[in-house]
Amino acid sequence: MTDMTTALDRAAAPGGDGGSVLSVEDLHVRYGGSHVLQGVSFTVPASGVTALLGRNGVGKTTTLKAIIGLAPRTGRILLQDKEIQDEPTTRIIRGGIGYVPEDREVFGGLTVDENLRLVDPDRGVEAPIVGRLFPDLVARAKQRAGTLSGGQQQMVSLARVLLKDTSVLLIDEPTKGLAPKLVTEVADVLSEVARTTPILLVEQNLPLVRRIADTVVVLDAGQVVHCGGAAELVADPELTRELLGVSMRREGAA
Amino acid sequence: MTDFVLILVTGLGLGALYFLAASGLSIIYGLMGVLNFAHGAFMMAGSYAGFLTMGALPASLSVAARLAMAVLVALVVGAVIGFVVEVVLIRPLYRHHIQQVLVTVGLSLASVAAAQGIWGADPRTVEKPEWMASTTMLLGARLPNDRFLFIVVALAVFLGLQALLHYTRLGLIIRAGVENRTMVEALGINVHRTFTIVFALGGSAAALAGLLYSQYAGTVSPAQGGSLLIYAFIVVVIGGMGSLVGTAVAAVAVGLVQQLANFYAASGVGDLSVVLLLALVLLLRPTSMKGAHA
Repeated sequence: MTDMTTALDRAAAPGGDGGSVLSVEDLHVRYGGSHVLQGVSFTVPASGVTALLGRNGVGKTTTLKAIIGLAPRTGRILLQDKEIQDEPTTRIIRGGIGYVPEDREVFGGLTVDENLRLVDPDRGVEAPIVGRLFPDLVARAKQRAGTLSGGQQQMVSLARVLLKDTSVLLIDEPTKGLAPKLVTEVADVLSEVARTTPILLVEQNLPLVRRIADTVVVLDAGQVVHCGGAAELVADPELTRELLGVSMRREGAA
Repeated sequence: MTDFVLILVTGLGLGALYFLAASGLSIIYGLMGVLNFAHGAFMMAGSYAGFLTMGALPASLSVAARLAMAVLVALVVGAVIGFVVEVVLIRPLYRHHIQQVLVTVGLSLASVAAAQGIWGADPRTVEKPEWMASTTMLLGARLPNDRFLFIVVALAVFLGLQALLHYTRLGLIIRAGVENRTMVEALGINVHRTFTIVFALGGSAAALAGLLYSQYAGTVSPAQGGSLLIYAFIVVVIGGMGSLVGTAVAAVAVGLVQQLANFYAASGVGDLSVVLLLALVLLLRPTSMKGAHA
């Protein structure tokens, strides 16, 4: 079972008790001579959305990749109190992490249904959650994913990880390059998903962060420089400007 | 007209052999990014497995029956060699492309030297079923029957691989992996197991190609796999690394161009024409080498 009902049941069970689902301790990533992450430590609560923020190039995407083993790293990573830093990517994902990469990375030569059947071989687009959250994908089941719009590809990418049983979702800039209407649709989906599954979200869109995030972790130059509530950060223009280099308009909407 | 029909069927028959030789190479590169220079050794193993099996079976059996048994043995031998090479030599070297090339080139050279040491460097005549050595009159041309067999076998392999790619979960993972191997892993799918299966499949296809090529040539020799490998690489580059349909089209094109040039220009011009075709494709479509969907 991989639909939202299952996820709701699970959220009410152990793991959804307000502790942390994911813990990152002293994470370092080096690419050649570049020390991209320099001792990053933070936790992801077992519910809600944790936004990973920072200027371009500070290591947000690298952090997500390092957690699932797609970047060479040292440090300690705990998923529901179990160390995973020495596991291969496949086993980490099977252990309960869902990953939505930056730029979607759908399989363009495969149909929408085939993209989903990679994760759920028996149901694909027929899974109840797809019909409920992404009805457009059901109608486009036989269409090659490479011919979809950016927003539709993002829905495929999101649907792919929602088909499996996950303890936490790592989602990298899901609204990048999308039109405002689609940003709202993605935000709606994330809000609904976050009711049952905790999300670690990399996002540049601060209005979206204000709308759906509960906590924030801010990176700068490969280090964590701020952790706290999302509402407190976005309500403080000085802090926002200092940490992110941008101004946050209160009236901005996702 | 009769000459043209003969050249056409011979070209198609040769193209069928090129496809068999190139199909495994193409999928292995497309999925795993491994340029397998040992593919010629797989072909040689298939041809010798067939040759030795036919020799070991009792002469009371018909040549056709012994050839059929030889094909089965060659398929198994190719699969086992592919499996062992992937697990022992290739798996530790994923993402180390230079080392992969060195290892597979080394394996190719070593296996040819070993075969020469065991069976000698000279070509040895293979037995051919009477039907394959005979001809059939078609449109006024006397056509060697073995060409028809090569075409039928290649068609069966092509359709079988297409069915595998499009109607099985393994095929779905292969097609996804050809596009984006890292993302397949990021979905929790063990792509390494798929690599091993693909290498074994590629080994089988190569062994079959080697055995049938020895039937085409009428001899078996240690260097045979290497010469067929050159055409296989040309076919794969023209067809697009990782594209099975592209490989099939390119194999037919190479076989036909080679035979037509040999007949209508001069003997030996065929090989040159194939290289010119390769150059032409790369000039007009330089992205050809980067691959396509399986």
